[in-house]
Amino acid sequence: METYLRKRFMPHIWCPGCGHGTVLNGLLRSVEELGLDRNEIVMVSGIGCSARISGYVDFHTLHTLHGRALAFATGVKMSRPELHIIVPMGDGDALAIGGNHFIHAARRNIDLTVLILNNRIYGMTGGQFSPLSGCGVEATTAPYSTVDPAFDAVELARAAGATFVARTTTYHVHELQQFVTRAIRHRGFSVVEILSQCPTHFGRRNGAPTAVEMLSIFKEETAKVGSRVAEENPERITRGVFVEDTVKPEYCTAYAERVQAGRGDRR
Amino acid sequence: MSSHSETRRLARIDIGPAVTKDAPGTVRFVQGNEVCAEAALYAGLGFFAGYPITPSSEIAEILARRLPEQGGSFIQMEDEISSLAAIIGASLTGKKVMTATSGPGFSLMQEALGFAVMAEIPCVIVDVMRGGPSTGLPTQAGQGDINQVRWGTHGDHAIIALTASNHQNLFEVTVRAFNLAETYRSPVVVLFDELLAHMRERLRVPEPGELELVGRLRTSVPQGIDYHPYLAREDGRLPMSDFGGVHRFNVTGLYHDMWGFPSTDPAVVDDLAHHLHDKIELQADQIAAGRRYALEDAEILLISYGTPARSALQVVHEARQNGQRLGLLELQTLWPFPGRMVQEACRDREAVIVVEMNMGQIFHQVQAAVDERRSVFLANRVDGRFITPRDIRRILRIVEGQGV
Repeated sequence: METYLRKRFMPHIWCPGCGHGTVLNGLLRSVEELGLDRNEIVMVSGIGCSARISGYVDFHTLHTLHGRALAFATGVKMSRPELHIIVPMGDGDALAIGGNHFIHAARRNIDLTVLILNNRIYGMTGGQFSPLSGCGVEATTAPYSTVDPAFDAVELARAAGATFVARTTTYHVHELQQFVTRAIRHRGFSVVEILSQCPTHFGRRNGAPTAVEMLSIFKEETAKVGSRVAEENPERITRGVFVEDTVKPEYCTAYAERVQAGRGDRR
Repeated sequence: MSSHSETRRLARIDIGPAVTKDAPGTVRFVQGNEVCAEAALYAGLGFFAGYPITPSSEIAEILARRLPEQGGSFIQMEDEISSLAAIIGASLTGKKVMTATSGPGFSLMQEALGFAVMAEIPCVIVDVMRGGPSTGLPTQAGQGDINQVRWGTHGDHAIIALTASNHQNLFEVTVRAFNLAETYRSPVVVLFDELLAHMRERLRVPEPGELELVGRLRTSVPQGIDYHPYLAREDGRLPMSDFGGVHRFNVTGLYHDMWGFPSTDPAVVDDLAHHLHDKIELQADQIAAGRRYALEDAEILLISYGTPARSALQVVHEARQNGQRLGLLELQTLWPFPGRMVQEACRDREAVIVVEMNMGQIFHQVQAAVDERRSVFLANRVDGRFITPRDIRRILRIVEGQGV
């Protein structure tokens, strides 16, 4: 698995206890499991802690602008539809500044694999609240705690038209790897929301100052979708695969077919 | 002042498309936006992403149909931000790419324009200018985006911008934009205005091979040997490698080293900042293009570009017939500003009048370039109407001390 890493560019920039390394680990295990050639993977990322994953992996990597990764990725995919495109994004990157690109990429069902590394905070800029922080969270820009409700990333992706939607956490590492593998394999717009801990900027201000405490929360306050635990504890965040639609046409394939058909009509 | 020889010389002045009966190629009667789209296809366009906006939308409409016929692909994006982002992504796979917009859309593109500058991505951006600021005058012409092209995105950088005043020239300029984008690994902006975009006139579509095309310069470094995406050759050019190919590298909008990896090392930052500036600004004379009309003995020089240059040319034509020594320098390169060309053309003139449809964006550049800045005057219109020969003549009378 080390062959997938650019050790030349280590050490990484993540804080001690950050969950993003766990996501990277799961992702690389998925790539290995799928037996993908490094030359057929393009990783496109935006700005933020999560976006820095692209620097550390030995794929074709494009580290772009805050929120715009999916737009860049769309251009890569449309030009080389046979490549696997993986887009790691933070919660603010994906759903605040990048929210419009997110819903439109989902609507098109273009074959991109999106990992939303949701730590509910802007970590790189020092702990401001994000659209996934939710109500009652303390952040540097919410000293009296937030009044902003959160998006549900899974419901948003589903409503916008994504054809593979899953949620897991950095505590559930096997599940994480499994979902990422399925997401990459899926032909269409796939989204895996991964709750990832930021003890430095989220936990420290919200009663869980260490990685262990935050991981315990992921363990104790989530439940598998459809499980008895989930039914008996409706307040828990559900994990699992929420959408898996293999019927809706993938965008690049549909475009190629439509062009072919259109040109035939005109002859 | 007047002489027959001058009149005869004037008769040879090129006043438009150089079409002769014998010239090869198809002659068509088309609007400017169609010329731009056809020229992009001629240059080998492989991918276009755009968002509808007046007065550029026809470019997207034409390419949506024509590009797939040529093996390329088209996508209508959710906005102009994503349109430029998408073509940058496609360029990295080795395609020639373009987007087209107008002022408000170009404002949204400034973020990704800076990325293309920093990451050195060949791409062509067409800005069909309308009246601004803001929503401004969607269906009428202006030339208010000249400085936005130069400084719209943040940070020190250089940029290439070309313009044209007639359809034949627009075709050549658009092809040249693709060539310069590849040569300098830079975004290149093609600027023209609503008038040219929607006006119909004759175009002779050049034969294949008639215009020079510059292809992507790809690395010769074989698989298994380290390829440095940001290590310039001796001639300053940086060979590329396509995404999906055998070399894997990082592309970022951060300051970066020869590997493309982020760096804050002052030496690395300093080198890259100078490289991005110098690779274009030091080539200003090579990139500079202009047309000279009756310049030799001109006492008063008009400087213009885009459609106003058509009116300026008409004024020169008439003035020469009346024995007035008037000349025109039509700029086809706006950025990097062709300062030396302007300075030399302006030397020893009694007056220089810049004709443009804004509040003096090129006028100020000309003032800065000439030896006698007080001899430079501005003839302009900013009401969305075409600046007419009559408008220019009125300013000319004032400059000549004849009153209106």
